[in-house]
Amino acid sequence: MSLLEVKNLKVHFPVKHGMFSRVHEFVKAVDDVSFAIQAGETLGLVGESGCGKTTLGRAIVRLVEPTAGSVLLNGEDITRMGGSELRARRRKFQMIFQDPYGSLNPRMTVEQIVGEALDIHKLTDSPSARLKRILELLKDVGLDPVYAQRYPHEFSGGQRQRIGIARALAVEPELIICDEPVSALDVSVQAQIINLLQDLQQQRGIAYLFIAHDLAVVEHISRRVMVMYLGKIVETAEAKAIIREPQHPYTQALISAIPEVDPESKRQRILLPGDVPSPIHPPPGCPFHPRCPIAEERCKTEVPVFREVKAAHWAACHLAGTRIEAKR
Amino acid sequence: MALLEIKDLKMDFGRGADALRAVDGVSLTIGAGETVCLVGESGCGKSVTALSIARLVPTPPANYVGGEILLNGQDVLKMSGGQLRSIRGGVVSYVFQEPGASLNPVFRVGNQIKESLKLHRPEKATDEEVIRLLKLVGIPAPESRIRNYPFEMSGGMQQRVMIAMALASEPKLLVADEPTTALDVTIQAQILDLLHDLKQRLGMAILLITHNLGIVGDMADRVAVMYAGQIVELSPASELLRRPLHPYTKALINSVPKLAGGADRLSAIPGNVPRIGNFPPGCRFAPRCPIAKPECSSAIPELLEVEAGRWVRCPFWKTP
Repeated sequence: MSLLEVKNLKVHFPVKHGMFSRVHEFVKAVDDVSFAIQAGETLGLVGESGCGKTTLGRAIVRLVEPTAGSVLLNGEDITRMGGSELRARRRKFQMIFQDPYGSLNPRMTVEQIVGEALDIHKLTDSPSARLKRILELLKDVGLDPVYAQRYPHEFSGGQRQRIGIARALAVEPELIICDEPVSALDVSVQAQIINLLQDLQQQRGIAYLFIAHDLAVVEHISRRVMVMYLGKIVETAEAKAIIREPQHPYTQALISAIPEVDPESKRQRILLPGDVPSPIHPPPGCPFHPRCPIAEERCKTEVPVFREVKAAHWAACHLAGTRIEAKR
Repeated sequence: MALLEIKDLKMDFGRGADALRAVDGVSLTIGAGETVCLVGESGCGKSVTALSIARLVPTPPANYVGGEILLNGQDVLKMSGGQLRSIRGGVVSYVFQEPGASLNPVFRVGNQIKESLKLHRPEKATDEEVIRLLKLVGIPAPESRIRNYPFEMSGGMQQRVMIAMALASEPKLLVADEPTTALDVTIQAQILDLLHDLKQRLGMAILLITHNLGIVGDMADRVAVMYAGQIVELSPASELLRRPLHPYTKALINSVPKLAGGADRLSAIPGNVPRIGNFPPGCRFAPRCPIAKPECSSAIPELLEVEAGRWVRCPFWKTP
C-alpha cells in the first residue's frame, strides 16, 4: 500500500466577472491528477508558474478543498474528513512553504513557533519535556538552540527555512509537502537546505513531495519526477530517465531551456513560442498543442491519454518519444 | 576608450558613524558591443553598482565617497541634472527584474514607449516607430498590442515591452538587472535569446546582472563575481566557468545542482551571506572559505591579474 495515493484529483476555482454575476467559468487549476508516493521516497513535481503545482500540494493537505477525486493516506480517504478527525491525521503530513518570511508568525519566538505544533497534538506532557524537545529539533535542523527565544526577523532566509522545517518535523510526520522550499534562498544557501532535507529523510524515512520550478534541483533530490502543464500531469518517470530520455515535447523544451553552467555543453535550446495559455479556456485536444513544435492535426482535437510509453515511464502525448530538433 | 569605465567606486549608505559601505572599490570596464555579467548573491552590491552608472541611486541616503564612473569619458558622478537626464535612457537604458512593477499600470504600453521616444528622438515619436520597436522585440500583432494596458499582457510580453522601451533611444549600453528572474524557464529562454539577437543586430553593449551562473555561460563575454561589496573575480566567461580561480566562485559553481549530475551530495557553502555593515575583517569570504588561513582575516587581499585577463582577489587561488 502506498503512503499517499491521489486519485483523479480536481481543484476548480470559480471565476466571477462581477459582484452579482453567476459563475459560468472555472479555472481548472488541478485537472484529473493521479499519482502515489511510497514511504520514504521523494517524488518531484515540476512545472511553470500557474500550472497548478502549488494548488495540488495544498489540496493534498486540505488547505484548499478538492472539487473531486480523493486523497488516500495509508489507504484511508482524508478528502471528506473534517474537524478533529482531520486534525489527528495532519500529524502524518506537514508542509514547508516557499516564503520563509511569510510563513512564520513575526510575533512568535522560535520556541513558540515550534512548540505550537507540539501543543496542538499534545505530544509532550511537561513544560520541561516540551522545551527539551524544541531544543532537540533546533539542533536537528542545524540551528543553535540558544536562538530559541529569538523572533523570525532576527534570522536570515536560510535559517528561517530551517525553523519552518523544525516546525514540520515536530510532529514526526511521514510525509512532508515541500512547496518551492529553496527558490527564495540565495544560491549558496540553497544547497545547505537541500542537503538538510536529504539527511533528515535518511535518518527518519520521511517521504517528500518536492514541488519546484527548477528541474535541476528536482532531479537532484527526487527518485521519480512528475511534470505538470496546465493542471495536468504530462510526464512521470524516474528522475534520470526523464532527463536522459524525455518523452513529452514539453519536458524536452523545459530541459533544453535551463541555462547551463558547463561551457562545453553542446545542448541546443528548443524555443517554445508564446506563453502558457489561460487555464480558464485551455486549448482543446492536447493542452500543449499551440506551443508544441511537432503538433499534428489530431493533437488539436483528441486529448492524449496518459499512457505507459516505456517501462515505468508515462507520458500524455500522441507522439511521445519523438525528438524535437533544436534550432539555432 | 572603453564605453564605460568604473574606477574604484566606493558608495556608502548613510553618513559619518552610521555609514554602511555597500560598494567598496569596484572597478569594471565595458567596451562597445561587449556583454559583461555581474554575478553575486543578494546584498552583494551588484544592483547598486549597476544603478550608479546613470546615478539612479538617490543621494541621500546613498553617498559616493570615492572613485569615478566614466561613460564615454565623462564622469557621471560630476554631471549636472540636465546632463544626467540626457544620458538616462539615452546612452544607458535599464531593464529591471519585475516588468509588472516597472511599467505604469494606467497608461497604454504604446504611449509609454512613445514617451521614451519623445525624450530622446522626438522626430521619431510616432505609432509607426513604436510598432517597429515592438516588432523588433518579437511581440506578435504589435498594431493591436500598442493599445494594451500592462495588465493585459503576460510577464514575458511585459518584459519585451520594457526592452522595447529601453531600445527606443538606441542606447550604447543596456543594463539588464535580473531581467529573467521573475519569469519561467521557457520564457527566460525566449528573453535571453532576444537579448542575444538584439545585441548582434544593434551592436550595443550589455551589462547583465544575475545570480544564475547558467545564464553567464549563455550570454557573457566577461564576468565579474561580486561578494560583500567587492569584485572577487573578473575573467572571460568561458574560462571562469571552466576553471574558476577564487574559492567563492568555485564554491558557488559546485553548490548548484546540475542536470544529470548524479545524486551526490551538494557541496554547500557553510554559513550565510554577510549583511551590509557586518562584513568580516580581512577577506570577506574567509569565514566561509574552505582554504582560509589565519592571515586571511587580517587584511583585505587585493584584486590582482594572475593570468592574462584573469583577476582574482585571493592570494591562495592556486590552492586546490
